[in-house]
Amino acid sequence: MWKEEQYAGVSIPNDCLPFTTEQHMLGTTIMAVEFDGGVVLGADSRTTTGAYIANRVSDKITPLSERIYCCRSGSAADTQAIADYVRYYLSIHQLDLDDLPCVKTAASICRELCYSNKDRLLAGIICAGWDPLYGGQVYTIPLGGTMIRQPYSIGGSGSTYIYGFCDAHFQKGMSREQCIDFTKKAVALAMARDGSSGGVIRLVVIEKQGVWREMIAGNQLPVISAE
Amino acid sequence: MSQFNGADGGFQFDLLERNERLKEKGYQVPVARKTGTTIVGLVFRDGVVLGADTRATSDTTVFDKNCEKIHYIAPNIYCCGAGTAADTENTTALVSSQLELHRLNSGRESRVTTALTLLKRMLFRYQGYVSAALVLGGVDFYGPHLYTVYPHGSTDRLPFVTMGSGSLAAMSVFESKYMDDMSREEAEKLVYEAISAGIYNDLGSGGNVDLCVITRGQTEYLRGYAKENERKFRKPQGYSFPIGTTSILSSRFERSFVPTPFVSDPENSSTMAVD
Repeated sequence: MWKEEQYAGVSIPNDCLPFTTEQHMLGTTIMAVEFDGGVVLGADSRTTTGAYIANRVSDKITPLSERIYCCRSGSAADTQAIADYVRYYLSIHQLDLDDLPCVKTAASICRELCYSNKDRLLAGIICAGWDPLYGGQVYTIPLGGTMIRQPYSIGGSGSTYIYGFCDAHFQKGMSREQCIDFTKKAVALAMARDGSSGGVIRLVVIEKQGVWREMIAGNQLPVISAE
Repeated sequence: MSQFNGADGGFQFDLLERNERLKEKGYQVPVARKTGTTIVGLVFRDGVVLGADTRATSDTTVFDKNCEKIHYIAPNIYCCGAGTAADTENTTALVSSQLELHRLNSGRESRVTTALTLLKRMLFRYQGYVSAALVLGGVDFYGPHLYTVYPHGSTDRLPFVTMGSGSLAAMSVFESKYMDDMSREEAEKLVYEAISAGIYNDLGSGGNVDLCVITRGQTEYLRGYAKENERKFRKPQGYSFPIGTTSILSSRFERSFVPTPFVSDPENSSTMAVD
């Protein structure tokens, strides 16, 4: 069974390990839900390189302006670069506007970057926030670079496991607390089934009064079924 | 000169073209020296500790038993490098020089986030082809900071990090023994243990342990913090072999590379054309 060569070729220590060559991925569960007066954003915290968890407490909910955040999925490098650009463009736009920028503007900049560089990027972004004109809004920008407004949006590899749950449990006109509960449960379910999602749940609530953050530790996730 | 055209600073990829030509003609393509590495970083009560092994490898050969993998970025910022040695050395040197100019212009101490932004922008621009996996640490106006930077340009901010082929061994040490708010002595010891785990359990890592302790207003580069792989015996009078120790059986001389002769052809020469 064992050939001599296999024993002889002992090493190739670094080239066989993918750490330096393989892209950093956000095998992810992300979501955002609109409610009257704001939005709730949720995400897991796992970043992977191949089979290795490079970061178990990462923050995939990134600020773009005071009241607009985005959930990132896909390549970590690509989505971080996009978020940096959008943050920069919005900060300048905010000076011209002399007011809080619209969520649609932020999402449009995301869309423009994702669409015009679609052959070079791997990025699925949910852009959500609150603005004085239209209140809480959720926009999703999937791989091709289109932009869709949705009452709620789920994304990342883990989202496939919770389409049924979300369809069954989403209701129009849910309150702030109901939305938080819905997001927590959905992300927890996805994390339980998706191998490349996990860690802690990160929650962000954005409304007129301010931005509120919560972290639910991995050992305090909502228990849904008897395990 | 053709090699300077189109290059407005940064990297040149002429050698890539050369390698393609060599491959075409059936010659062996030279390979870059990679550093199978263990590098780590740790935040403690009043600063950060960076650690690295000292082995540089080329394929399976140990090229340098005592190389420096903790690079200078600024007096208050240092950076460990894994990946291709040339890439880590040049990227850190480039960013270091940009920061030095920035300090001279602004008259202020460099910030770690500035170094981070410069690094990630550059690495993202090169789409992962500059294979530098870095651990960036330092203390600035806002306190201690520790980041990892991946070759594609993504970054993470964490209280303890490991990188390179020995990162799994080192991370297992950190995950079992890390605590918040450690003292300098505890932090140094833990980083040393993590690097040792890499040296002993990873083929690509080896040699000595280098540390760099950065606190507010003070940086200590502890080169050779631990030397557990010193040569145990060396023949006192050395080795000398008289000429003729190895007998020559036969000898033959041969040209190993025959360049294509340049054929002058005035008829079809565009460069020689005169009106």
